[in-house]
Amino acid sequence: MEKSKANILNGFWRLSEDIPKPLYISLTISSIALPLILWWLVTTIGNIDPKFLPSPANVFQAFVRLWKSGDLVKDTIASLWRVGFGFFFAALFAIPIGILMGSFASIRALFEPLFGLMRYMPAPAFIPLLILYLGIGEEPKITLIFIGVFFFNALMVMDTVKFVSKDLIESTYILGGNPWQILTQVIFPHSLPGILDACRINLAAAWQLVIVSELIASTEGLGRRISVAGRFLRTDEIFVGLIVIGIIGLSLDLFFQYLLRVSCNWASQKR
Amino acid sequence: MFLQVSNLHKNFETKNGKLAVLKDINMTIVQEEFICAVGASGSGKSTLLRQIAGLDKPCFGEVRIDGKTITAPGPDRGMVFQHYTLYPWLNVQENTEFGLKLQGISKKERKEKASYYLSVVGLTNFAKSLPKELSGGMKQRVAIARALTSEPKVLLMDEPFGALDIHTKESMHEFMLDLWQRTNLTIFMITHDVEEAVFLSNRIYALGARPGTVRKEMTINLPERTAHVKRHSQFHDYRDELMELMRLHGKEALTMVA
Repeated sequence: MEKSKANILNGFWRLSEDIPKPLYISLTISSIALPLILWWLVTTIGNIDPKFLPSPANVFQAFVRLWKSGDLVKDTIASLWRVGFGFFFAALFAIPIGILMGSFASIRALFEPLFGLMRYMPAPAFIPLLILYLGIGEEPKITLIFIGVFFFNALMVMDTVKFVSKDLIESTYILGGNPWQILTQVIFPHSLPGILDACRINLAAAWQLVIVSELIASTEGLGRRISVAGRFLRTDEIFVGLIVIGIIGLSLDLFFQYLLRVSCNWASQKR
Repeated sequence: MFLQVSNLHKNFETKNGKLAVLKDINMTIVQEEFICAVGASGSGKSTLLRQIAGLDKPCFGEVRIDGKTITAPGPDRGMVFQHYTLYPWLNVQENTEFGLKLQGISKKERKEKASYYLSVVGLTNFAKSLPKELSGGMKQRVAIARALTSEPKVLLMDEPFGALDIHTKESMHEFMLDLWQRTNLTIFMITHDVEEAVFLSNRIYALGARPGTVRKEMTINLPERTAHVKRHSQFHDYRDELMELMRLHGKEALTMVA
């Protein structure tokens, strides 16, 4: 018994090396399972008011209730739609501008100071202005996501583009390429994995901002659900909201990782 | 084919003023020659190659190819860099075709040419592999095949085997000699490796450092071009003479700094 235990933990402390598959799987499962078990134990053994900390069972019941009433689906769609719209427009502009910034020192000089400054202005701080200019409909929410994603994304895309080696660009000139061909056929494909990764990271930011934007003024959305539940002390529904947000975010992240793997197989470390 | 470097000067602007990198370089390379420019670091040999490739403009003097002054890079001069410059997202076949694709050559023609040059460098079986699946020597052979598909007048090589281990390097030397003898290629290669230069070239330009100048031009006549020749006394004479020359100028450069 002692021996097999020692075996599975073999290699736990191997610095920057792969660990055996069984160890990997058991650690990954524990990562989610341990907090769950802890939560279940605390709420079962400890005599805690479910208004303060609901048990996993309470939360599951709330989930079923919200699902059946259709509210959860409606809220999720509302939030996803805002994120999708805001993020799509931010990426649509940020990717070409970032590529140009990474490729041309002139365009970098023109935009980098402004973008660098804007990046350090937290997007939620724009909320009062957005309400003033755009009211309390969908526009300020989508604009908030746009502001929160665009500047980061443009600067991160710029950084990936700067990684394209000068030798690679020069050898393309020698092979007879012109600047437009180099931009579209060398710089873009070379930066694509980095661009997808930047999008993946910034999508997480977009997902945070949609929740923030819904806390202010909205009739539906997962953020709205949480704030309403808080007002009526429906702690179980707060938990449902949080968990759904987490799972959707993680799924989007995994989707981007999958996209990266299938479209840019050449960039993976493995042979 | 006739490549001529005449009265070429190149200065770099530094914060301590002008730095002369190349001073009054004169060279002539004719069809089917294999020329090496040998020099220590600081001899401006990479800078010289960049002027010939058209990646950089000389401050004074010019480089002409068949009488035409070079002003920009172009596919009449193929180039192989020390660092691997294959496109990592394209397979070997696509990498080899890429130059022709840029030049707008039809799919059929570029496929035929690329396949031919891949067979010349012995990589037909790896046409579908990605660069990351190849060894260092194979990557450089793809780079050579890619340069050759444009059928350049001269193949420029910037320390192409500098990053390879000694055994791969030796087999690449034999590959280059074989390639040169099978084709009517003209090759201009720069290197700091004296033995490499003597073994490969039929003529050598020895460059001195700070500023880079041509110190000596040397025609190499060896009885054969196989690994055995490295034990030949003639080979040692050439090597020692060049080594002595570089050592001398190395000392000079050091005292100049002091």
